Amino acid sequence: MRALHFCEACGKVQPPAPVDYFSFFGLPRKLNLDIAAVEKDFYELSRKLHPDLNARAGSQEQEWSLQQSSLLNDAHRTLKDPIKRTEYLLKLEGVELEEQSKTATEQARSTGEVKKQIVPPDLLEEVFELNMQLEELRMQKKMGEDDPALIEEIGRQKLGLERKHEALLQELQGQWKMWDGMIQREQNGQPVSEEERKYLRDNMVDLLNRRNYIRNLARDVNEVLESD
Amino acid sequence: MATDRIVGIDLGTTNSLVAFMQGESPAVIPGEDGSNLVPSVVALDENNQPVIGNAARKYLTETPERAVYSIKRLMGRGVDDVQEELKFFPFRLAEDLQAGEVLRIRLGEKTFTPPEISALILRQLKRNAERFFGAPVTKAVITVPAYFNDAQRQATKDAGRIAGLEVLRLVNEPTAASLAYGLDKKQNGIVAVYDLGGGTFDISILKLHDGIFEVIATNGDTHLGGDDIDNLLITIALDDTLGDLGLDLRRNAEAVQAIRNAVIEAKIALSSQPSVKLDIELPGGKRYLREITREQFEQLIQPIIDRTVGPCKQALKDAGLKPEQIDEVVLVGGSTRIPKVRALVKELFHREPHTDLNPDEVVALGAAVQANILGGGSEATENMLLLDVTPLSLGIEVAGGVTDKIILRNSTIPASATQFYTTQVDGQANVAIHVLQGERELAKDCRSLARFDLKGIPPMAAGMARIEVKFLIDANGILHVAAREQRSGKESEIQVQPSYGLTDEQVEGMILDSFDSAEEDFRQRQVIEARNEAETILAALDKGKKSPAWGHLTTDEKKKIAKMEKALTTVKTEDDYHAIRKAIDTLNQGTTRLAELMMDSAVSTALKGKTMDEADMGEGPTAPHPVAKAEFE
Repeated sequence: MRALHFCEACGKVQPPAPVDYFSFFGLPRKLNLDIAAVEKDFYELSRKLHPDLNARAGSQEQEWSLQQSSLLNDAHRTLKDPIKRTEYLLKLEGVELEEQSKTATEQARSTGEVKKQIVPPDLLEEVFELNMQLEELRMQKKMGEDDPALIEEIGRQKLGLERKHEALLQELQGQWKMWDGMIQREQNGQPVSEEERKYLRDNMVDLLNRRNYIRNLARDVNEVLESD
Repeated sequence: MATDRIVGIDLGTTNSLVAFMQGESPAVIPGEDGSNLVPSVVALDENNQPVIGNAARKYLTETPERAVYSIKRLMGRGVDDVQEELKFFPFRLAEDLQAGEVLRIRLGEKTFTPPEISALILRQLKRNAERFFGAPVTKAVITVPAYFNDAQRQATKDAGRIAGLEVLRLVNEPTAASLAYGLDKKQNGIVAVYDLGGGTFDISILKLHDGIFEVIATNGDTHLGGDDIDNLLITIALDDTLGDLGLDLRRNAEAVQAIRNAVIEAKIALSSQPSVKLDIELPGGKRYLREITREQFEQLIQPIIDRTVGPCKQALKDAGLKPEQIDEVVLVGGSTRIPKVRALVKELFHREPHTDLNPDEVVALGAAVQANILGGGSEATENMLLLDVTPLSLGIEVAGGVTDKIILRNSTIPASATQFYTTQVDGQANVAIHVLQGERELAKDCRSLARFDLKGIPPMAAGMARIEVKFLIDANGILHVAAREQRSGKESEIQVQPSYGLTDEQVEGMILDSFDSAEEDFRQRQVIEARNEAETILAALDKGKKSPAWGHLTTDEKKKIAKMEKALTTVKTEDDYHAIRKAIDTLNQGTTRLAELMMDSAVSTALKGKTMDEADMGEGPTAPHPVAKAEFE
């Protein structure tokens, strides 16, 4: 059921309801979206809710218009990107992805320790080796040399990372399909177990974490390769 | 049907304009002198009255310490970050500035904050519009560079308020230009706006579809423009004169301004001529002569215009677009008339830029279109809507001096983000938040926006409080903050210390000053005019006393005149305009007979063959008749 943003009869902006982004667009909590439909909705709602088009309204309505359109923009921005969409959904489902890592980051910063990143176990060996190679290249560059063989090797590793990154996305997409299936069953009135829900949630959290990790690693590699 | 006319204003670094929607298309409102452009120059005349625009320009060369230009460069900035500007611009900072105080500059004997100077320019535009409409104008849309940060935007809004204008919206300059362009063309597509003005550079990439102007990405440099080209040429001229003539003119404000005028003319000429000759008269009678060819000029300015390349490439990257995917490039700003700039744009975007629209006026015209939309729209604008973005990421400083980005750059505005805070110590009543803008990782490399103190947190054990802080960037690109302690439901009081701006109280104080001074200005002007008239009458009386006609007056008459003269001499030193007028009228009446006698004797002397001059008739037929009744409204 879509939240009522404006009065269908007179067009006046309504006070923003405290809804989540999916409800704002009248969408079920599915991870595959008809993006074109969301875009169309976004523009239509913008025409109704934007402060520019409500500039002559009373101050209460103008305040609502500001709140509504910021909610609209935030919702659109989040739902438009599949990864942001997934992270948001997980948050709605009670998973505190962001806060977990933020707390760890703050703790690390305040104690001056290096943040203990959770290295995906199957990558441990690779990561260890790659970090060694990056360190070596950093040292070389500092001394003004570079070993073309080392650079080539690192380049190969980077390609490997990119492939892993892509593969993880595909795995995620698989999870999305399963999640959507579960939501559909729920909508149809069929029972859905908490275990199933948790299982899919945990999978997605794990995939996202790994993907983030690989992305950060790839960024580190690029930084070293591109530095003088 | 707008009963209250909303105007669109381009408050530019070099020139300012005001425009409105005239029927189906926007039009610029000219000044009294018929000119569409009001130079963004402010001066104080000998009587400390503000002079704005073209009339102020002569002060730049004659009494430069009483004039200022390019004030936009100082808007929303602190003493520390204008040190670079001070090297190239003759801004004179007030001597008694404290650390953390809002910048003030000196003009003559007075000091002003940059918003107050901008307010004077805005007031001039307001008056031009009011004169044109024959009705008051109190609402406006004002444009700002897309890359302006929060403090710079707030300063612009403050300036509007000080000038007596309700600023309904701040619009980004490239977006405004696209409105003027889109209204004209009515086509869908991807448009890049390359805006190189006097002091700022913006590049914005927009998607135009069905009347929606959606900004996808924006980037720029708020310290890059035509002024930098001028300064480069001025530096060369100063180095030349030092080297060749041994003359160090760097501290000679008049000379520097004369050089500046000349190089600006030369720069403009080189857009249409292959070479130009500089011929500047220097103090001491020497002349600075130098020929500049277009090739030399282009070589000199290459590093400056190359600085526009980085932001353009970043904007394309943020938009996820290749140059080939851009349908049209629109040029804005006087500096885009330079052939080398056009060539650079062509190279960057792989197409000829669109040059139909007047680069000086297009921003003001777009602002007028937006003003029309805000006012309810008309047939021409009924489907139009602007969806703009915030140009800089908004972040919070967290432990370790790092910036935690909560709203990313190029997010469509209005936009918001919610953060949760808690206390570190039992019973802690305040939480301090430092908000920043910028893309860098470390807080010290970002722009400090403001420090917020969340006050009035109910006493609780450490870590128990859950304070929800909502950050909202409104349609003007300005930040608002609201906080609520969730467990108690109590709204936290937020005290904002803007890092570079005026507080609400300060702005309020300036508005009253400004209105008072409008009254005051007028009153002062009246007093000054009356005093001048008094001087003239008294001087004429002095002459009259030396004329033969004086001898024909009775002692009684002479006594009476002496009394009136004394009264006027005394009262003219005071501020009471009416008293001065009265004394003038009294003296005029009292000396009617003297005037008549002088007239008779002058006529008879003339008839005796003497000239008008010899007969002591005054400076000529245009001077007020000595001791005769002067004509005033």
